[in-house]
Amino acid sequence: MRILMIEDDAETADYLRKGLGESGHVADHAATGPDGLSMALAGTYDALIVDRMLPGLDGLTLIKSLREQKVPTPVLILSALGQVNDRVRGLKAGGDDYLIKPFAFSELLARLEALARRGGAEDAVATRLMIADLEMDLLARTVRRGGRKIDLQPREFRLLEYLMRHAGHVVTRTMLLEGVWDYHFDPQTNVIDVHISRLRGKIDKGHAAPLLHTVRGAGYSLRAPS
Amino acid sequence: MRRANLIKSSAFRLTLLYMILFGTSVLGLLAFIYLSTIAVIDRQTEDTIDAEVRGLAEQYREQGLARLIEVIRLRSSIEGQDYYLLTDPNLRPLAGNLSAWPKEAEGAKDWVDLTVTRNSKGQEVSHDVRAQLFTLSGGYRLLVGRDTHERTNIRSIVVKALGWSVAAAVGLGLVGGIVISRRMLRRVEHVARTSQGIMAGDLSRRMAVTGSGDEFDRLATSLNAMLDQIERLMTGMRLATDSLAHDLRSPLTRLRGRIELALRQPPQAARDREALADVLRQAELALSTFDSLLKIAMAEAGVGAADLRVIDLAAVARDAAELYEPVAEEAGIRLRIETQGGAMVRAQPELLAQSITNLIDNAVKNTPSGGEITVAVGLSRSSVTLRIGDTGPGIPAVDRQRVLDRFVRLEESRSTPGAGLGLSLVAAVAKMHGAQLHLGDAGPGLVITLIFPIAASAHDSAEWRAVTEA
Ligand SMILES: Nc1ncnc2c1ncn2[C@@H]1O[C@H](COP(=O)(O)OP(=O)(O)OP(=O)(O)O)[C@@H](O)[C@H]1O
Ligand SMILES: [Mg+2]
Repeated sequence: MRILMIEDDAETADYLRKGLGESGHVADHAATGPDGLSMALAGTYDALIVDRMLPGLDGLTLIKSLREQKVPTPVLILSALGQVNDRVRGLKAGGDDYLIKPFAFSELLARLEALARRGGAEDAVATRLMIADLEMDLLARTVRRGGRKIDLQPREFRLLEYLMRHAGHVVTRTMLLEGVWDYHFDPQTNVIDVHISRLRGKIDKGHAAPLLHTVRGAGYSLRAPS
Repeated sequence: MRRANLIKSSAFRLTLLYMILFGTSVLGLLAFIYLSTIAVIDRQTEDTIDAEVRGLAEQYREQGLARLIEVIRLRSSIEGQDYYLLTDPNLRPLAGNLSAWPKEAEGAKDWVDLTVTRNSKGQEVSHDVRAQLFTLSGGYRLLVGRDTHERTNIRSIVVKALGWSVAAAVGLGLVGGIVISRRMLRRVEHVARTSQGIMAGDLSRRMAVTGSGDEFDRLATSLNAMLDQIERLMTGMRLATDSLAHDLRSPLTRLRGRIELALRQPPQAARDREALADVLRQAELALSTFDSLLKIAMAEAGVGAADLRVIDLAAVARDAAELYEPVAEEAGIRLRIETQGGAMVRAQPELLAQSITNLIDNAVKNTPSGGEITVAVGLSRSSVTLRIGDTGPGIPAVDRQRVLDRFVRLEESRSTPGAGLGLSLVAAVAKMHGAQLHLGDAGPGLVITLIFPIAASAHDSAEWRAVTEA
C-alpha cells in the first residue's frame, strides 16, 4: 500500500514510517497541512493518515477540501481529542475512521488495511458473503458451513458479518467493539475474546480447517485455509 | 470624560426627551387655557358693550336726544372702565368722556380697538379699549367702549406662568436626568469594575444585587449565576488536573523503575525483551488509567452535560448485559435482565453504557460460580431506576461510600485485575446526569441502584432519532 502521513510530530511520523515499512507498505510524509493537501491531491495513495492538529491548515479542513475536490482516498484521522463530539465531527468532515492518540501500532495497521480494502472493493451491496465453505446470506440472515446450517444469535451474526467483510485482514478488539457494539470504550474484562471463542465453537467446531484465527497481540482474522 | 459619559448615557438622553415632551405639553396646555380664557373675556366684553349700546339707543328712541345726552353725561361722570362718546353727524362731540372721535374709528364699521390716553391724577395713562360704533337715527354717532386691561393682565399672567413652568421643566428635567443617569451609570460602572476584577483573576467577585428587583438586579442575578457556573466548572477542572497529576505519578514512577532496573542489569536479549514487554504492559496500563481518570474528571466537572440526549435506558442496559452474557456464562453465573418499556432518560449514551458495563463487570468479577446477576430497569412517574444486583459477598456498609473514591479496592479484590476506578466513573456519571447512586445489601450480595429523572418527552426522543439517523 502507498500511504501518505500528514503529521507534524516528526517522531510519531518516523515511528509510523518504520512500522509501515516493516509491514510492507510505503509511506510518504508531509509535516504541514498545506504540504499534505498538495501531496494528497497530486499523488495516488491507498490511504491517508491525517493528524487533526496541523500547522498551517487543520486536519478537518484539509479533509473537507479533499472531499470537495472529489478525492475519494480513505482517511484515517489521528487525534488526541477523544470525546464523542470530536469523533463525530471528524467523521462528518469526511474522515473514514478515527483513532485516538496514543494508539497501538497494530491497531493503526489493522484499521488502515481495513480502510484501504474498503476503498478498493465495493461489496457493500453484496447480499452473500463467502469464505471457503462458510456462506452468509445477508437477506435471509442465514449462515452455512459446508452446506450445514449454523444457528447464530443476532449479535453473533453481526460479529461474523463484520469478520467476513474484513476477511483476510486483522480485526482488533476495539474495531469489533466499535463496529459490532458501537462502543467506543474498552470494557475492563476481555469480553470480546469470549464472544469470539463462542463464535469459533459454532463455525469451526468439527471442521478440520479452522477459519477464525487469533493474531497474537493484535486481534483476530477470518481467512480461508491456504 | 465623566461629563461626556453622562451626556452620552442613554438615561440622560431619555430624560432630555421626557423634558422636551413635558415642556411642550405644558406649553400647549397653557396656550389652550389662555386662548379660551381670552375668548370668554372678549365675548363678555362685547356682550356688555352690546347691551349698553342697545340700552342707550332705546333711551334715544323713546325719550329723545336730550335724555340720551343726560344719560351719557351721568354715566361718563363715573370714573371706571367704560368709555362713551356721542357726536352729531359731523362727528362734533355732544357728550361723553372722550374728547374727540378717535382716528381709529373713522373708517371702521362697528367694532374697533382703540388706545385712549387719559389724564389720571396728573398723569397721562394709555388704555386699550374695545369699542362699538353705532349710528342713531338722525345721523348721530354713538361710541361705547370698555377697557380691556383684564385681558392684558391675563396674558401677562399666562406668559409669566409659561416662563416659570418651562424653566421648571428644564430645571427638573436636567436635575432628574443627571441624578438618574448618575445612578444608572454608577451601577453600570460597578458591573464593569466587577467584571474587570474577575478578568484580573478574582473569580469569587460578584455583582451587587440591591434587592429592588429592577432590570439591573435581574441582570446582576443572571450574571452571577453564570459566574457561579463558570467557577464551578473551573474549580472542577482544577481539582481534576491536580488529582490527575497526582494519580499519574505512581504508575509513571513504577514504569520508570522497571526501565531503570532493566538497564542496571547486563544486556541479555531474552531478558531485555521480557522487560520491554513488561514496560509496554505498564505503559498501556498507565494510559488506560489516564483515560479513565480524564473521563471521571470531565464527568465530575460536568463537561458535556449540555448535550445530553433522550435515550432508552432499557436498551442501553440490555446491550451491556448482552455483551457480558458469554463471560458470565463461562464463569457459571446466570445473568438475568428485566426491563420495562419507556425508560427514557436524558443521558450521554456512551458514558451511560460504560457505567453499566462497569457495574456488570464488577458483579461478574465478584460473584462466585453458581450465582446470579440481575440487571433490572423499572420506572415510576418521575424516575427511571436501574438496579444491578448480584449474589456475591457484597460490600460492608462502612465501605460503601469509600469504594466510590478513586483507586479504592477492597482487600478481597486484590487478586483480581482492576484499577479501582470503575465505581468512581459510575459515581461521576451519576452526578453529571442528576441521578442518585445507592449501594445496598442484596442479602447476600451487592445491589447498586441508579435513579434517573425520567425524560418523558416523546418529542425529544423523536428529535434524537432524527439526529442519529442523519
Ligand atoms: N459487586 C460487587 N461485589 C463486591 N464487591 C464489589 C462489587 N463491586 C465493587 N466491589 C468492590 O469495590 C471495589 C471498587 O470497585 P471498582 O469498580 O471501582 O474497581 P475495580 O473493579 O476494582 O477496578 P476497575 O473497575 O477499575 O477495573 C472493588 O475492588 C471491590 O472490592
Ligand atoms: Mg470495576
